[in-house]
Amino acid sequence: QGKFTLLRDTRTDGSFLVHHFLSFYLRAGCKVCFVALLQSFSHYSIVAQKLGVNLAAAKEQGQLVFLEGLKSCLDLLFGEEEQPGQPSPLQFLSRDLRALFDFVQVSLTPCARDSWKGPVLLVDDLSVLLSLGAAPVAVLDFIHYCRVSVCCQLQGNVVVLVHSSEDSEDEENELVVNSLCHHSDLILWAEGLATGFCKDVHGQIKIIKRLSLRQAAEQDLVQIYQYKIQDRNVTFFARGLSAAVL
Amino acid sequence: LVFTEEDKFGLYSNLLFKYFLAEGIVCGHDLFVASAKEHPDKILKELPAPLLDDTYGKELGDEAAAVKSEDFQDSMKIAWRYQNLPKMEASPTTSTKFGHYYDISKKMSPELCQSVKRHSFYLHEELSFEPKMKAWNMNSGYSRLLQSIQRIISQGGFDGSDPQKKQRNVLRIGIQSLGSVLWGDDVCCSDPPADPHSLTKFLYVLRGLLRKSLSACIITVPAHLIQNKAIMERVTNLSDMVVGLESFIGSERETNPLYKDFHGLVHVHQIPRLNSLICDVSDTKDLAFKLKRKLFTIE
Repeated sequence: QGKFTLLRDTRTDGSFLVHHFLSFYLRAGCKVCFVALLQSFSHYSIVAQKLGVNLAAAKEQGQLVFLEGLKSCLDLLFGEEEQPGQPSPLQFLSRDLRALFDFVQVSLTPCARDSWKGPVLLVDDLSVLLSLGAAPVAVLDFIHYCRVSVCCQLQGNVVVLVHSSEDSEDEENELVVNSLCHHSDLILWAEGLATGFCKDVHGQIKIIKRLSLRQAAEQDLVQIYQYKIQDRNVTFFARGLSAAVL
Repeated sequence: LVFTEEDKFGLYSNLLFKYFLAEGIVCGHDLFVASAKEHPDKILKELPAPLLDDTYGKELGDEAAAVKSEDFQDSMKIAWRYQNLPKMEASPTTSTKFGHYYDISKKMSPELCQSVKRHSFYLHEELSFEPKMKAWNMNSGYSRLLQSIQRIISQGGFDGSDPQKKQRNVLRIGIQSLGSVLWGDDVCCSDPPADPHSLTKFLYVLRGLLRKSLSACIITVPAHLIQNKAIMERVTNLSDMVVGLESFIGSERETNPLYKDFHGLVHVHQIPRLNSLICDVSDTKDLAFKLKRKLFTIE
Protein backbone atom coordinates (compact mmCIF):
# COMPACT_ATOMS: atom_id res chain seq x y z
CA GLN A 1 0.00 0.00 0.00
CA GLY A 2 1.05 3.57 -0.55
CA LYS A 3 3.30 2.56 -3.40
CA PHE A 4 4.13 4.26 -6.69
CA THR A 5 4.75 1.85 -9.54
CA LEU A 6 6.18 3.03 -12.84
CA LEU A 7 5.53 1.01 -15.97
CA ARG A 8 8.00 1.80 -18.65
CA ASP A 9 8.41 0.49 -22.20
CA THR A 10 11.22 0.89 -24.69
CA ARG A 11 11.08 -0.30 -28.29
CA THR A 12 7.99 -2.33 -27.49
CA ASP A 13 4.42 -2.06 -26.23
CA GLY A 14 4.12 -2.30 -22.47
CA SER A 15 0.35 -2.10 -22.40
CA PHE A 16 0.08 -5.75 -21.33
CA LEU A 17 1.28 -4.52 -17.93
CA VAL A 18 -1.57 -2.04 -17.78
CA HIS A 19 -4.11 -4.76 -18.52
CA HIS A 20 -2.54 -6.89 -15.83
CA PHE A 21 -2.69 -4.26 -13.11
CA LEU A 22 -6.21 -3.28 -14.02
CA SER A 23 -7.57 -6.79 -13.63
CA PHE A 24 -5.29 -7.51 -10.68
CA TYR A 25 -6.55 -4.62 -8.58
CA LEU A 26 -10.17 -5.09 -9.56
CA ARG A 27 -10.05 -8.73 -8.60
CA ALA A 28 -8.45 -7.74 -5.31
CA GLY A 29 -11.47 -5.59 -4.53
CA CYS A 30 -9.78 -2.21 -4.78
CA LYS A 31 -11.46 0.94 -5.98
CA VAL A 32 -9.75 1.88 -9.23
CA CYS A 33 -9.62 5.21 -11.00
CA PHE A 34 -8.38 4.54 -14.52
CA VAL A 35 -7.25 7.50 -16.60
CA ALA A 36 -7.21 5.92 -20.07
CA LEU A 37 -5.93 8.49 -22.49
CA LEU A 38 -5.23 6.53 -25.62
CA GLN A 39 -7.67 3.67 -26.02
CA SER A 40 -11.39 3.19 -25.82
CA PHE A 41 -13.26 1.57 -22.96
CA SER A 42 -14.21 -1.39 -25.13
CA HIS A 43 -10.57 -2.13 -25.89
CA TYR A 44 -9.77 -2.64 -22.19
CA SER A 45 -13.07 -4.35 -21.61
CA ILE A 46 -12.45 -7.01 -24.23
CA VAL A 47 -9.00 -7.80 -22.90
CA ALA A 48 -10.18 -7.73 -19.29
CA GLN A 49 -12.80 -10.29 -20.18
CA LYS A 50 -10.05 -12.65 -21.32
CA LEU A 51 -8.35 -12.04 -18.01
CA GLY A 52 -11.54 -12.86 -16.15
CA VAL A 53 -12.78 -9.41 -15.17
CA ASN A 54 -15.95 -7.60 -16.23
CA LEU A 55 -15.20 -3.90 -16.57
CA ALA A 56 -18.76 -2.84 -17.30
CA ALA A 57 -19.99 -4.51 -14.11
CA ALA A 58 -17.17 -2.97 -12.09
CA LYS A 59 -18.07 0.43 -13.46
CA GLU A 60 -21.72 -0.04 -12.65
CA GLN A 61 -21.00 -1.08 -9.09
CA GLY A 62 -18.86 1.96 -8.60
CA GLN A 63 -15.65 -0.01 -8.20
CA LEU A 64 -14.14 1.34 -11.39
CA VAL A 65 -14.11 5.01 -12.34
CA PHE A 66 -13.10 5.19 -15.97
CA LEU A 67 -11.95 8.36 -17.71
CA GLU A 68 -11.99 7.74 -21.44
CA GLY A 69 -9.67 10.51 -22.60
CA LEU A 70 -10.50 10.32 -26.28
CA LYS A 71 -14.22 10.56 -25.64
CA SER A 72 -13.87 13.38 -23.11
CA CYS A 73 -11.78 15.31 -25.54
CA LEU A 74 -14.44 15.02 -28.25
CA ASP A 75 -17.17 16.05 -25.84
CA LEU A 76 -15.12 19.04 -24.84
CA LEU A 77 -14.37 20.17 -28.37
CA PHE A 78 -17.57 19.34 -30.19
CA GLY A 79 -20.08 19.23 -27.41
CA GLU A 80 -22.50 21.88 -26.27
CA GLU A 81 -21.45 24.58 -23.85
CA GLU A 82 -20.45 22.93 -20.61
CA GLN A 83 -22.77 23.16 -17.67
CA PRO A 84 -21.42 25.30 -14.87
CA GLY A 85 -20.25 23.35 -11.88
CA GLN A 86 -19.41 20.34 -14.02
CA PRO A 87 -15.98 21.07 -15.45
CA SER A 88 -14.57 18.40 -17.69
CA PRO A 89 -11.55 16.58 -16.27
CA LEU A 90 -9.73 17.41 -19.48
CA GLN A 91 -10.16 21.12 -18.87
CA PHE A 92 -6.39 21.14 -18.89
CA LEU A 93 -6.53 21.19 -22.64
CA SER A 94 -6.65 24.94 -22.19
CA ARG A 95 -4.92 25.46 -18.88
CA ASP A 96 -3.17 23.09 -16.51
CA LEU A 97 -3.70 19.63 -15.08
CA ARG A 98 -5.49 20.79 -11.96
CA ALA A 99 -8.88 19.68 -13.21
CA LEU A 100 -7.51 16.24 -13.95
CA PHE A 101 -6.14 15.98 -10.43
CA ASP A 102 -9.45 17.10 -8.94
CA PHE A 103 -11.17 14.40 -10.93
CA VAL A 104 -8.78 11.75 -9.56
CA GLN A 105 -9.15 12.95 -6.02
CA VAL A 106 -12.93 13.04 -6.14
CA SER A 107 -13.05 9.59 -7.73
CA LEU A 108 -10.88 7.92 -5.13
CA THR A 109 -11.93 9.64 -1.94
CA PRO A 110 -14.07 7.00 -0.26
CA CYS A 111 -17.65 7.81 0.52
CA ALA A 112 -19.69 6.32 3.35
CA ARG A 113 -21.20 3.54 1.26
CA ASP A 114 -17.88 2.34 -0.13
CA SER A 115 -16.62 -0.99 1.10
CA TRP A 116 -13.75 -1.31 -1.36
CA LYS A 117 -10.22 -2.01 -0.28
CA GLY A 118 -7.53 0.60 -0.91
CA PRO A 119 -7.82 3.08 -3.82
CA VAL A 120 -5.69 2.73 -6.94
CA LEU A 121 -4.89 5.27 -9.66
CA LEU A 122 -3.91 3.82 -13.01
CA VAL A 123 -2.72 6.02 -15.90
CA ASP A 124 -2.27 4.91 -19.54
CA ASP A 125 -0.25 6.67 -20.72
CA LEU A 126 1.35 9.71 -19.22
CA SER A 127 3.51 10.52 -22.25
CA VAL A 128 0.37 11.50 -24.19
CA LEU A 129 -0.16 14.56 -21.98
CA LEU A 130 2.99 16.10 -23.40
CA SER A 131 1.66 15.56 -26.93
CA LEU A 132 -1.44 17.47 -25.94
CA GLY A 133 0.47 20.55 -24.92
CA ALA A 134 1.04 20.03 -21.20
CA ALA A 135 4.44 21.21 -19.99
CA PRO A 136 6.72 18.58 -18.40
CA VAL A 137 6.61 20.49 -15.12
CA ALA A 138 2.82 20.43 -15.16
CA VAL A 139 2.86 16.66 -15.69
CA LEU A 140 5.30 16.15 -12.83
CA ASP A 141 3.22 18.40 -10.58
CA PHE A 142 0.12 16.42 -11.41
CA ILE A 143 1.84 13.15 -10.48
CA HIS A 144 3.20 14.68 -7.31
CA TYR A 145 -0.24 15.80 -6.19
CA CYS A 146 -1.63 12.36 -7.02
CA ARG A 147 1.06 10.68 -4.96
CA VAL A 148 0.42 12.87 -1.96
CA SER A 149 -3.30 12.37 -2.20
CA VAL A 150 -3.52 8.70 -3.19
CA CYS A 151 -0.38 7.14 -1.73
CA CYS A 152 0.09 9.17 1.41
CA GLN A 153 -3.33 10.41 2.44
CA LEU A 154 -5.47 7.55 1.19
CA GLN A 155 -2.82 4.83 1.58
CA GLY A 156 -3.55 3.68 -1.95
CA ASN A 157 -1.36 2.82 -4.95
CA VAL A 158 -0.49 4.63 -8.13
CA VAL A 159 0.52 2.87 -11.36
CA VAL A 160 1.59 4.92 -14.36
CA LEU A 161 2.74 3.91 -17.86
CA VAL A 162 5.28 5.95 -19.80
CA HIS A 163 7.21 5.37 -23.01
CA SER A 164 10.90 6.03 -23.23
CA SER A 165 14.02 5.12 -25.08
CA GLU A 166 17.74 5.78 -24.65
CA ASP A 167 18.11 7.31 -28.07
CA SER A 168 14.88 9.22 -27.88
CA GLU A 169 15.03 12.82 -28.99
CA ASP A 170 11.95 13.72 -27.02
CA GLU A 171 13.74 15.60 -24.26
CA GLU A 172 10.59 16.64 -22.47
CA ASN A 173 9.44 13.05 -22.23
CA GLU A 174 12.81 11.80 -21.06
CA LEU A 175 12.82 14.48 -18.39
CA VAL A 176 9.47 13.31 -17.08
CA VAL A 177 10.46 9.64 -17.20
CA ASN A 178 13.77 10.13 -15.42
CA SER A 179 12.18 12.20 -12.72
CA LEU A 180 9.47 9.61 -12.16
CA CYS A 181 12.06 6.83 -11.99
CA HIS A 182 13.74 8.56 -9.09
CA HIS A 183 10.53 8.67 -7.10
CA SER A 184 9.16 5.22 -7.88
CA ASP A 185 8.97 2.37 -5.42
CA LEU A 186 8.82 -0.19 -8.16
CA ILE A 187 9.76 0.03 -11.83
CA LEU A 188 8.63 -2.53 -14.39
CA TRP A 189 10.57 -1.91 -17.56
CA ALA A 190 9.55 -3.81 -20.68
CA GLU A 191 12.07 -3.68 -23.47
CA GLY A 192 12.10 -5.06 -26.98
CA LEU A 193 15.01 -7.41 -27.54
CA ALA A 194 18.21 -5.76 -28.69
CA THR A 195 18.61 -8.49 -31.29
CA GLY A 196 15.31 -7.64 -32.89
CA PHE A 197 12.00 -9.36 -33.19
CA CYS A 198 11.64 -12.98 -32.12
CA LYS A 199 8.50 -15.09 -32.27
CA ASP A 200 8.98 -16.90 -28.97
CA VAL A 201 10.39 -14.11 -26.88
CA HIS A 202 8.54 -10.84 -27.19
CA GLY A 203 10.74 -8.90 -24.91
CA GLN A 204 12.55 -8.58 -21.68
CA ILE A 205 11.23 -7.17 -18.44
CA LYS A 206 13.38 -5.59 -15.78
CA ILE A 207 11.86 -5.48 -12.32
CA ILE A 208 13.49 -2.87 -10.14
CA LYS A 209 12.55 -2.73 -6.46
CA ARG A 210 13.71 0.66 -5.29
CA LEU A 211 14.76 -0.30 -1.80
CA SER A 212 17.16 2.63 -1.81
CA LEU A 213 14.19 4.96 -1.77
CA ARG A 214 13.05 3.94 1.69
CA GLN A 215 16.33 3.15 3.36
CA ALA A 216 19.54 5.04 2.65
CA ALA A 217 22.00 2.15 2.76
CA GLU A 218 19.92 -0.30 0.73
CA GLN A 219 20.66 -1.27 -2.86
CA ASP A 220 17.94 -1.53 -5.47
CA LEU A 221 16.98 -5.08 -6.30
CA VAL A 222 16.98 -5.80 -10.03
CA GLN A 223 15.53 -8.93 -11.61
CA ILE A 224 15.40 -9.60 -15.32
CA TYR A 225 13.05 -11.99 -17.08
CA GLN A 226 11.99 -12.54 -20.63
CA TYR A 227 8.39 -12.84 -21.60
CA LYS A 228 6.01 -14.03 -24.26
CA ILE A 229 2.54 -12.57 -24.62
CA GLN A 230 -0.31 -14.93 -25.37
CA ASP A 231 -3.98 -14.44 -25.93
CA ARG A 232 -5.02 -14.66 -22.28
CA ASN A 233 -1.78 -14.74 -20.47
CA VAL A 234 1.81 -13.64 -20.37
CA THR A 235 4.48 -16.17 -19.55
CA PHE A 236 7.71 -15.14 -17.91
CA PHE A 237 10.91 -17.13 -17.89
CA ALA A 238 14.58 -16.69 -17.12
CA ARG A 239 16.67 -15.29 -19.92
CA GLY A 240 17.55 -17.81 -22.56
CA LEU A 241 15.14 -20.39 -21.21
CA SER A 242 12.06 -19.85 -23.32
CA ALA A 243 10.00 -22.93 -24.03
CA ALA A 244 11.12 -22.82 -27.63
CA VAL A 245 14.70 -23.29 -26.58
CA LEU A 246 14.28 -25.98 -23.94
CA LEU B 1 -5.24 5.15 -37.73
CA VAL B 2 -2.68 4.26 -40.38
CA PHE B 3 0.23 6.63 -40.56
CA THR B 4 2.38 6.43 -43.68
CA GLU B 5 5.73 8.09 -43.95
CA GLU B 6 6.04 9.30 -47.51
CA ASP B 7 8.96 8.38 -49.69
CA LYS B 8 11.06 11.29 -50.82
CA PHE B 9 9.04 12.30 -53.85
CA GLY B 10 5.74 10.97 -52.64
CA LEU B 11 5.40 8.68 -55.65
CA TYR B 12 4.83 5.43 -53.88
CA SER B 13 2.97 6.72 -50.86
CA ASN B 14 0.54 8.35 -53.26
CA LEU B 15 0.02 4.97 -54.85
CA LEU B 16 -0.67 3.36 -51.50
CA PHE B 17 -3.07 6.19 -50.73
CA LYS B 18 -4.97 5.52 -53.96
CA TYR B 19 -5.08 1.78 -53.26
CA PHE B 20 -6.73 2.51 -49.93
CA LEU B 21 -9.37 4.66 -51.59
CA ALA B 22 -9.90 2.22 -54.47
CA GLU B 23 -10.41 -0.62 -52.02
CA GLY B 24 -13.00 1.51 -50.28
CA ILE B 25 -14.96 1.97 -53.48
CA VAL B 26 -14.82 -1.71 -54.37
CA CYS B 27 -16.07 -2.58 -50.86
CA GLY B 28 -18.85 -0.02 -51.08
CA HIS B 29 -17.51 2.19 -48.30
CA ASP B 30 -18.06 5.92 -48.17
CA LEU B 31 -14.97 7.98 -48.80
CA PHE B 32 -13.63 11.18 -47.33
CA VAL B 33 -10.59 12.59 -49.08
CA ALA B 34 -8.70 15.56 -47.73
CA SER B 35 -5.76 17.35 -49.25
CA ALA B 36 -4.07 20.71 -49.35
CA LYS B 37 -2.03 19.77 -52.40
CA GLU B 38 -4.22 18.13 -55.04
CA HIS B 39 -7.90 18.59 -55.43
CA PRO B 40 -9.60 15.44 -54.10
CA ASP B 41 -11.68 15.16 -57.27
CA LYS B 42 -8.47 14.83 -59.24
CA ILE B 43 -7.18 12.17 -56.88
CA LEU B 44 -10.41 10.24 -57.23
CA LYS B 45 -10.18 10.33 -61.03
CA GLU B 46 -6.85 8.54 -60.89
CA LEU B 47 -7.69 5.45 -58.88
CA PRO B 48 -6.53 2.08 -60.21
CA ALA B 49 -9.07 -0.23 -61.79
CA PRO B 50 -9.91 -3.39 -59.88
CA LEU B 51 -8.88 -6.73 -61.32
CA LEU B 52 -11.77 -9.12 -61.57
CA ASP B 53 -11.24 -12.60 -60.13
CA ASP B 54 -10.96 -14.41 -63.42
CA THR B 55 -8.51 -12.00 -64.93
CA TYR B 56 -6.28 -11.82 -61.88
CA GLY B 57 -4.52 -15.11 -62.41
CA LYS B 58 -3.83 -14.22 -65.99
CA GLU B 59 -2.45 -10.79 -65.08
CA LEU B 60 -0.14 -12.31 -62.54
CA GLY B 61 1.06 -14.81 -65.08
CA ASP B 62 1.65 -12.02 -67.55
CA GLU B 63 3.80 -10.24 -65.04
CA ALA B 64 5.92 -13.36 -64.62
CA ALA B 65 6.24 -12.49 -60.97
CA ALA B 66 8.03 -14.96 -58.78
CA VAL B 67 5.58 -14.30 -55.98
CA LYS B 68 3.24 -17.11 -55.03
CA SER B 69 -0.28 -15.86 -54.42
CA GLU B 70 -0.25 -16.94 -50.76
CA ASP B 71 2.94 -15.09 -50.03
CA PHE B 72 1.41 -12.08 -51.70
CA GLN B 73 -1.59 -12.23 -49.44
CA ASP B 74 0.45 -12.70 -46.29
CA SER B 75 2.70 -9.79 -46.94
CA MET B 76 -0.18 -7.54 -47.96
CA LYS B 77 -1.86 -8.39 -44.65
CA ILE B 78 0.78 -6.47 -42.81
CA ALA B 79 0.12 -3.33 -44.75
CA TRP B 80 -3.63 -3.66 -44.92
CA ARG B 81 -4.98 -4.71 -41.56
CA TYR B 82 -7.35 -2.19 -40.15
CA GLN B 83 -8.37 -3.31 -36.72
CA ASN B 84 -10.85 -0.48 -36.50
CA LEU B 85 -13.16 -2.16 -38.98
CA PRO B 86 -15.19 -4.77 -37.15
CA LYS B 87 -16.14 -6.44 -40.42
CA MET B 88 -12.63 -7.28 -41.45
CA GLU B 89 -11.64 -9.79 -38.85
CA ALA B 90 -9.30 -11.75 -41.11
CA SER B 91 -7.22 -14.19 -39.11
CA PRO B 92 -3.70 -14.76 -40.35
CA THR B 93 -4.08 -18.51 -40.50
CA THR B 94 -7.00 -18.68 -42.90
CA SER B 95 -6.33 -18.57 -46.58
CA THR B 96 -9.42 -16.57 -47.42
CA LYS B 97 -8.80 -13.81 -49.86
CA PHE B 98 -8.34 -10.50 -48.11
CA GLY B 99 -8.86 -7.39 -50.13
CA HIS B 100 -8.87 -6.93 -53.87
CA TYR B 101 -6.24 -6.49 -56.53
CA TYR B 102 -5.79 -3.66 -58.93
CA ASP B 103 -4.31 -2.88 -62.30
CA ILE B 104 -2.53 0.41 -62.04
CA SER B 105 -2.12 0.76 -65.77
CA LYS B 106 -5.88 1.27 -66.03
CA LYS B 107 -8.03 3.89 -64.34
CA MET B 108 -11.11 2.99 -62.38
CA SER B 109 -14.25 3.63 -64.40
CA PRO B 110 -16.18 6.78 -63.46
CA GLU B 111 -19.32 4.69 -62.92
CA LEU B 112 -17.64 2.52 -60.32
CA CYS B 113 -16.06 5.55 -58.77
CA GLN B 114 -19.39 7.29 -58.40
CA SER B 115 -21.08 4.24 -56.94
CA VAL B 116 -20.19 5.35 -53.43
CA LYS B 117 -20.66 8.60 -51.57
CA ARG B 118 -17.56 10.70 -51.72
CA HIS B 119 -16.78 13.66 -49.46
CA SER B 120 -13.96 16.04 -50.21
CA PHE B 121 -11.97 18.52 -48.25
CA TYR B 122 -9.68 20.69 -50.29
CA LEU B 123 -8.14 23.18 -47.89
CA HIS B 124 -7.91 26.05 -50.30
CA GLU B 125 -11.57 25.81 -51.25
CA GLU B 126 -12.84 25.69 -47.71
CA LEU B 127 -14.52 28.85 -46.48
CA SER B 128 -12.35 30.49 -43.91
CA PHE B 129 -14.82 30.86 -41.11
CA GLU B 130 -13.93 30.34 -37.53
CA PRO B 131 -14.53 26.69 -36.72
CA LYS B 132 -17.36 26.05 -34.30
CA MET B 133 -15.08 23.76 -32.40
CA LYS B 134 -13.31 25.54 -29.60
CA ALA B 135 -10.00 26.22 -31.20
CA TRP B 136 -7.74 24.70 -28.56
CA ASN B 137 -4.81 26.57 -30.05
CA MET B 138 -4.64 24.35 -33.08
CA ASN B 139 -3.61 25.25 -36.60
CA SER B 140 -6.77 26.47 -38.32
CA GLY B 141 -6.40 24.16 -41.32
CA TYR B 142 -6.34 21.18 -38.99
CA SER B 143 -9.27 22.33 -36.90
CA ARG B 144 -11.37 22.96 -39.99
CA LEU B 145 -10.53 19.48 -41.24
CA LEU B 146 -11.52 17.95 -37.90
CA GLN B 147 -14.74 19.91 -37.91
CA SER B 148 -15.50 18.61 -41.39
CA ILE B 149 -14.74 15.00 -40.50
CA GLN B 150 -16.84 15.22 -37.34
CA ARG B 151 -19.75 16.63 -39.30
CA ILE B 152 -19.63 13.85 -41.92
CA ILE B 153 -19.36 11.16 -39.24
CA SER B 154 -22.28 12.56 -37.34
CA GLN B 155 -24.52 13.31 -40.34
CA GLY B 156 -23.68 10.02 -42.04
CA GLY B 157 -24.54 8.04 -38.94
CA PHE B 158 -21.13 6.40 -38.81
CA ASP B 159 -21.09 6.82 -35.06
CA GLY B 160 -24.35 5.00 -34.60
CA SER B 161 -26.08 8.25 -33.73
CA ASP B 162 -28.90 7.66 -36.18
CA PRO B 163 -30.93 4.69 -34.99
CA GLN B 164 -33.08 4.91 -38.10
CA LYS B 165 -30.23 3.92 -40.34
CA LYS B 166 -30.55 0.20 -40.80
CA GLN B 167 -27.46 -0.55 -42.77
CA ARG B 168 -24.31 0.77 -41.24
CA ASN B 169 -21.45 1.48 -43.53
CA VAL B 170 -17.78 2.19 -43.10
CA LEU B 171 -16.18 5.56 -43.75
CA ARG B 172 -12.71 5.52 -45.26
CA ILE B 173 -10.78 8.71 -44.63
CA GLY B 174 -7.65 9.58 -46.56
CA ILE B 175 -5.59 12.65 -45.66
CA GLN B 176 -2.77 13.54 -47.98
CA SER B 177 0.54 15.10 -46.98
CA LEU B 178 -0.50 16.13 -43.49
CA GLY B 179 2.02 18.35 -41.81
CA SER B 180 3.26 19.84 -45.04
CA VAL B 181 3.60 23.57 -45.42
CA LEU B 182 0.44 23.62 -47.52
CA TRP B 183 -1.61 22.88 -44.40
CA GLY B 184 -0.20 25.95 -42.73
CA ASP B 185 2.02 23.94 -40.42
CA ASP B 186 5.72 24.65 -40.32
CA VAL B 187 6.68 21.34 -38.72
CA CYS B 188 8.26 20.31 -42.02
CA CYS B 189 10.43 23.34 -42.42
CA SER B 190 11.36 24.62 -38.97
CA ASP B 191 12.99 23.08 -35.98
CA PRO B 192 11.63 23.92 -33.50
CA PRO B 193 8.30 24.60 -35.20
CA ALA B 194 6.17 27.56 -34.18
CA ASP B 195 3.54 25.25 -32.72
CA PRO B 196 4.97 21.82 -31.95
CA HIS B 197 1.66 20.52 -30.65
CA SER B 198 -0.74 21.20 -33.51
CA LEU B 199 -0.03 17.98 -35.36
CA THR B 200 -0.18 15.78 -32.27
CA LYS B 201 -3.35 17.44 -31.02
CA PHE B 202 -4.90 16.92 -34.41
CA LEU B 203 -4.01 13.24 -34.35
CA TYR B 204 -5.41 12.81 -30.86
CA VAL B 205 -8.78 14.25 -31.81
CA LEU B 206 -8.79 12.28 -35.06
CA ARG B 207 -8.08 9.12 -33.10
CA GLY B 208 -11.04 9.91 -30.87
CA LEU B 209 -13.29 10.38 -33.90
CA LEU B 210 -12.14 7.10 -35.42
CA ARG B 211 -12.60 5.17 -32.21
CA LYS B 212 -16.19 6.25 -31.81
CA SER B 213 -17.23 5.53 -35.37
CA LEU B 214 -17.05 2.89 -38.04
CA SER B 215 -14.17 4.49 -39.83
CA ALA B 216 -10.58 3.93 -40.74
CA CYS B 217 -8.09 6.51 -41.83
CA ILE B 218 -4.85 6.64 -43.72
CA ILE B 219 -2.60 9.64 -43.43
CA THR B 220 0.49 10.30 -45.46
CA VAL B 221 3.10 12.60 -44.05
CA PRO B 222 6.33 13.86 -45.61
CA ALA B 223 8.20 12.52 -42.61
CA HIS B 224 11.60 12.94 -44.24
CA LEU B 225 11.07 16.69 -44.00
CA ILE B 226 10.28 16.71 -40.30
CA GLN B 227 13.52 17.51 -38.54
CA ASN B 228 12.10 17.40 -35.05
CA LYS B 229 12.33 13.71 -34.23
CA ALA B 230 10.53 14.14 -30.93
CA ILE B 231 7.38 14.97 -32.87
CA MET B 232 7.78 11.83 -34.99
CA GLU B 233 8.07 9.73 -31.83
CA ARG B 234 4.90 11.28 -30.42
CA VAL B 235 3.05 10.87 -33.68
CA THR B 236 3.99 7.17 -33.72
CA ASN B 237 2.55 6.70 -30.23
CA LEU B 238 -0.70 8.32 -31.30
CA SER B 239 -1.14 6.09 -34.37
CA ASP B 240 -2.26 2.48 -34.54
CA MET B 241 -0.17 1.52 -37.50
CA VAL B 242 2.93 3.20 -38.85
CA VAL B 243 4.44 2.28 -42.19
CA GLY B 244 7.34 4.02 -43.88
CA LEU B 245 8.18 3.88 -47.55
CA GLU B 246 11.75 4.40 -48.64
CA SER B 247 12.31 4.67 -52.36
CA PHE B 248 15.65 3.91 -53.92
CA ILE B 249 15.47 6.84 -56.31
CA GLY B 250 18.62 8.86 -56.03
CA SER B 251 19.97 6.80 -53.16
CA GLU B 252 23.02 4.57 -53.11
CA ARG B 253 20.76 1.57 -52.69
CA GLU B 254 19.70 2.00 -56.29
CA THR B 255 22.86 0.26 -57.43
CA ASN B 256 22.99 -2.34 -54.68
CA PRO B 257 22.64 -5.75 -56.38
CA LEU B 258 20.58 -7.01 -53.46
CA TYR B 259 17.82 -4.61 -54.38
CA LYS B 260 18.00 -4.82 -58.13
CA ASP B 261 14.47 -6.11 -58.58
CA PHE B 262 12.90 -3.60 -56.25
CA HIS B 263 12.09 0.07 -56.11
CA GLY B 264 12.15 0.61 -52.40
CA LEU B 265 11.72 -0.67 -48.89
CA VAL B 266 8.70 -0.91 -46.66
CA HIS B 267 9.39 -0.25 -43.01
CA VAL B 268 6.68 -1.39 -40.66
CA HIS B 269 7.38 0.65 -37.56
CA GLN B 270 4.29 -0.25 -35.62
CA ILE B 271 1.30 -2.52 -35.92
CA PRO B 272 -1.98 -2.21 -34.09
CA ARG B 273 -2.56 -4.02 -30.85
CA LEU B 274 -6.29 -3.52 -30.40
CA ASN B 275 -8.77 -5.41 -28.27
CA SER B 276 -6.18 -8.01 -27.49
CA LEU B 277 -3.04 -8.68 -25.52
CA ILE B 278 -1.28 -10.01 -28.57
CA CYS B 279 -0.80 -8.45 -31.95
CA ASP B 280 -0.46 -9.89 -35.38
CA VAL B 281 3.26 -9.93 -35.91
CA SER B 282 4.34 -11.77 -39.00
CA ASP B 283 7.58 -13.64 -39.36
CA THR B 284 8.84 -11.44 -42.13
CA LYS B 285 9.99 -8.02 -41.19
CA ASP B 286 12.14 -7.12 -44.16
CA LEU B 287 9.82 -5.93 -46.85
CA ALA B 288 10.52 -4.32 -50.18
CA PHE B 289 8.22 -3.08 -52.89
CA LYS B 290 8.36 -3.03 -56.64
CA LEU B 291 6.27 -1.19 -59.14
CA LYS B 292 5.62 -2.99 -62.39
CA ARG B 293 3.45 -1.75 -65.22
CA LYS B 294 0.29 -3.20 -63.74
CA LEU B 295 1.00 -4.18 -60.18
CA PHE B 296 2.49 -2.69 -57.06
CA THR B 297 3.91 -5.60 -55.10
CA ILE B 298 5.24 -5.87 -51.59
CA GLU B 299 7.47 -8.85 -50.89
